[in-house]
Amino acid sequence: MEITNYVVLAAVLFAIGATTVLLRRNAMVVFMGVELMLNATNLAFVTFARLHGDLTGQVLAFFVMVVAAAEVVVGLAIIVTIFRTRRSASVDDVNLLKG
Amino acid sequence: MNDVIGLAPWLIGFPLIGAAVLLLGGRATDRWGHWLGVLASGAAAVVGFILLFRMIGTPAEERAVDHILGTWLSAGGLDVDLGLRLDPLSMTFVVLVTFVGTLIHVYSVAYMDHDVDRRRFFAYLNLFVAAMLTLVLADSYLLLFVGWEGVGVASYLLIGFWDTGRPTARENAVAAKKAFVMNRVGDMGLIAAMAILFATVGSVSFADVLPAAGGLSEATATAVGLCLLLAACGKSAQFPLQAWLGDAMAGPTPVSALIHAATMVTAGVYLMVRSGAILEAAPTAQLVVVVVGAVTLLFGAVVGTAKDEIKKALAASTMSQIGYMMLAAGLGPAGYAFAIFHLLTHGFFKAGLFLGAGSVMHAMDDQTDMRRFGGLSRFLPITWITMGLGWLAILGIPPFSGYWSKDGIIEAAFVPVDGQPWRAWVFGTVAVVGAAITAFYMTRLFFMTFGGRRPRWTENQHPHEGSPLMWWPLVFLGVGSAGLGAVLGIGGTFTTWLEPVVGHAEHHEPVLPVPVIIGATLVLVLLGAALAFRMYAVQLVPEEAPRGSFLTRAARRDLYQDAANETLVVLPAHGIARLVQVGDRDVVDRGWGVLPLAVSWFGAMVRKAQTGYVRSYAAGMAGGVLVVALVAWLVVRLGAGLGGAQ
Repeated sequence: MEITNYVVLAAVLFAIGATTVLLRRNAMVVFMGVELMLNATNLAFVTFARLHGDLTGQVLAFFVMVVAAAEVVVGLAIIVTIFRTRRSASVDDVNLLKG
Repeated sequence: MNDVIGLAPWLIGFPLIGAAVLLLGGRATDRWGHWLGVLASGAAAVVGFILLFRMIGTPAEERAVDHILGTWLSAGGLDVDLGLRLDPLSMTFVVLVTFVGTLIHVYSVAYMDHDVDRRRFFAYLNLFVAAMLTLVLADSYLLLFVGWEGVGVASYLLIGFWDTGRPTARENAVAAKKAFVMNRVGDMGLIAAMAILFATVGSVSFADVLPAAGGLSEATATAVGLCLLLAACGKSAQFPLQAWLGDAMAGPTPVSALIHAATMVTAGVYLMVRSGAILEAAPTAQLVVVVVGAVTLLFGAVVGTAKDEIKKALAASTMSQIGYMMLAAGLGPAGYAFAIFHLLTHGFFKAGLFLGAGSVMHAMDDQTDMRRFGGLSRFLPITWITMGLGWLAILGIPPFSGYWSKDGIIEAAFVPVDGQPWRAWVFGTVAVVGAAITAFYMTRLFFMTFGGRRPRWTENQHPHEGSPLMWWPLVFLGVGSAGLGAVLGIGGTFTTWLEPVVGHAEHHEPVLPVPVIIGATLVLVLLGAALAFRMYAVQLVPEEAPRGSFLTRAARRDLYQDAANETLVVLPAHGIARLVQVGDRDVVDRGWGVLPLAVSWFGAMVRKAQTGYVRSYAAGMAGGVLVVALVAWLVVRLGAGLGGAQ
């Protein structure tokens, strides 16, 4: 397998995730987009770790997973709280903090 | 001399302690405060006389002593010692100030008897004497300046002494402020003179500056001389800073006597004579001094002829007499001695005249309008005789005091300077004409008050002589007015006495023979006196002032000095102030107002980026990352390209 394929796949996944974050209104879906972006980076990390024969990238991928797990905990809690108070999961409805 | 010189600081110390005790002691000292004031001034007078007699006993060349008390200021290149200069000039002033000052203190005990604030009055009098003694005893311009300002403060406090609870309280306070502010204008001159001296000579002490004066460039000497003249004009009420003097009559009469005879207005003449060496290096400045003196002496004399208030007439007379002294002070060594001599005799007869006027006012229930006096000679015999002596003295009738000093000035004015006869003729004539006008207004004052065929009093007046405390000082001053001039004038005693300070005056011949000058002056003086006698003693004096000629009306309003000041100084100053105010508001404030406007406009613009939509922020971040990545990629590419080119 060409190493390039993995990098391209990671880039494509990242782009899909980013597009999801930018275009979708549902907070849950936006969240999924974020997860997709994180995992795309993980894939890139692992790929380059393999390429260089160096474990640093794989270690970093574990860190990303830990951070992502924590982020999910906090993020889901926020989303649930907002949903309870506003009966909506749309990120566009949460726009009170503006100039 | 050296064994008693340690007493010198007490000259200032006694009155200063007196003032401090009376001011800090407050009401607790009310009962005996006035006597403490008299004691303090009297003690200074005793010390003054001790020092004077010791100085007379010393050989002439050893009479000038600098008594250094210690270092006062030491800053960079400026070292000023705290020191007193005792020489014939300062001792003359010390004796005049303390002796006449003490007589005025004694007089005030009775004059201010019914005033609840008498203790405070004596505190200020003591402060005045202490400040004046500091001024004349200082051995540097800087210490002189301390006394100079002290005199200004004390005069302010005393002129405005009656600033509460009287119908004229407001005018009194305004008069005090006027005197203070006009003096401030003069003080600027003294400060500027000190600055120039420090910049050129590097010192402000007399011991360094005066010997170095001959080495100054003429331009520097002229600048210093004119600055000093400005200072002298302010303090001595000389043209064009004379306007405060008439209003200063708002103070109690003993204050007027103190200001006009012994202290304050004499300070300018002292400054001129003390700085004689500087003036001699600047003939232009000397000429200006003479011109100022000549203008003021005529100005004061003309104003004096029209004033109906006894104190205002005397104030105009002071202005005129100080004009004589300034004129003499500008004539060089020949004039200095006579300037100081006239100052001394004037100190006695003018103090006598003022205290006499106070005695008349005391007798007439504080009436000051001479048109409501008349025929007082029978009721106030002591005041009549002592004021009569003062009157003859100021007229310059031999052998009374004023003759010896004023005649000396007139003769000196007739001496050509630098071979310019026109100056001799102009200033000599001015001096003689001034003497004639002086004779007119003083005779007018004297006969309007004491003479006249019928009294013009208001109802229910019972004039009577005051207590002995009031008339004894008058007697002393009357004797001084009569005899002092002859004692010091015959044989040139006083001129010789001052010679160690002012230098020996070469004798020059006046443009006219001396007997002709004396004769002409006497004839004109007698003519002026006779005219006034005819108008105010033989003819009846109307109780209401007649409208009078244009000149009379102008003189009554002080030749429009206040209107002139208002137009030439106050209005333009207001205009400038208003211009600055408008400029500050409309240009500076508005200009800086643009900055916050710009900032808030920018803020309003940037605010729009904060939409509150999370996705737009995310788009911003994504776009930003893209841009950064693009730039990084380009930099790497370009770097590689350049590397490849190498």
